[in-house]
Amino acid sequence: MADTKIRVPINSDKDIVVARQEGRTLAMSLGFSPGDATLLATAISELARNIVTYANVGDILLDTVNGAARLGMQVVARDEGPGIADVQQALRDGFSTSGGLGLGLPGVRRLVDEFQIVSDGTSGTTVTIRKWKP
Amino acid sequence: MEVPILKQGSFLIATIQAALTDADLLNLRNVLVQRVVLSRSRGAIVDVTSMDVLDSFASRTLREIAQIIRLRGAETVIVGIQPEVAFAMVQLGLTLEDIPTALDLEEGLAYLNQKPKPMR
Repeated sequence: MADTKIRVPINSDKDIVVARQEGRTLAMSLGFSPGDATLLATAISELARNIVTYANVGDILLDTVNGAARLGMQVVARDEGPGIADVQQALRDGFSTSGGLGLGLPGVRRLVDEFQIVSDGTSGTTVTIRKWKP
Repeated sequence: MEVPILKQGSFLIATIQAALTDADLLNLRNVLVQRVVLSRSRGAIVDVTSMDVLDSFASRTLREIAQIIRLRGAETVIVGIQPEVAFAMVQLGLTLEDIPTALDLEEGLAYLNQKPKPMR
């Protein structure tokens, strides 16, 4: 399979729109349904906004992944911001999710099949999500 | 990206026509509220038919628009949320709380029209 890695630098709210549009385009080209492409685009939007809000600068990496007889899409959101002191707390569903405040990570986790976060509270945050084609 | 706002009788209709940045959404909020005040509108419709993503920021801004306009004694209806977008919003845990929604512009206008006119 051809190299599909796409890097979208995230520096402002305009880049959030670019990242989610690139994500939707890749998802559709991989054959995801419009519904799943929307879930991916929405997840990318949330992750990109966290970068703008909490780290100012970072990037979104879009890529395809090959699993056992299935194809998926991977999104990596990484920044070198202040990091998350309490990752477990950030993953708990709380009042902040529906208010649009906070990180909204529990919601993002529900949009995808796999979710991984690495942050030690000092050297940035990397969130990796994957969604597999049914 | 400017969102056109049209006046139809005592209502205003804001039709989102392309992807909006966070700054665009805040601008829409400010301009629409200002127009509701200036034209003494009884209601506003925000048509989101062409929005392919309604994330936490967009949902929050739509709620803010409706809440501010309600404090002015007018009502806001959100119309045209696409089925995929609605599905993603629910998965993400987003709601528009008690803001009325309608299928499309026509039904949004019908909803506002059945509201009793305030005595002014």
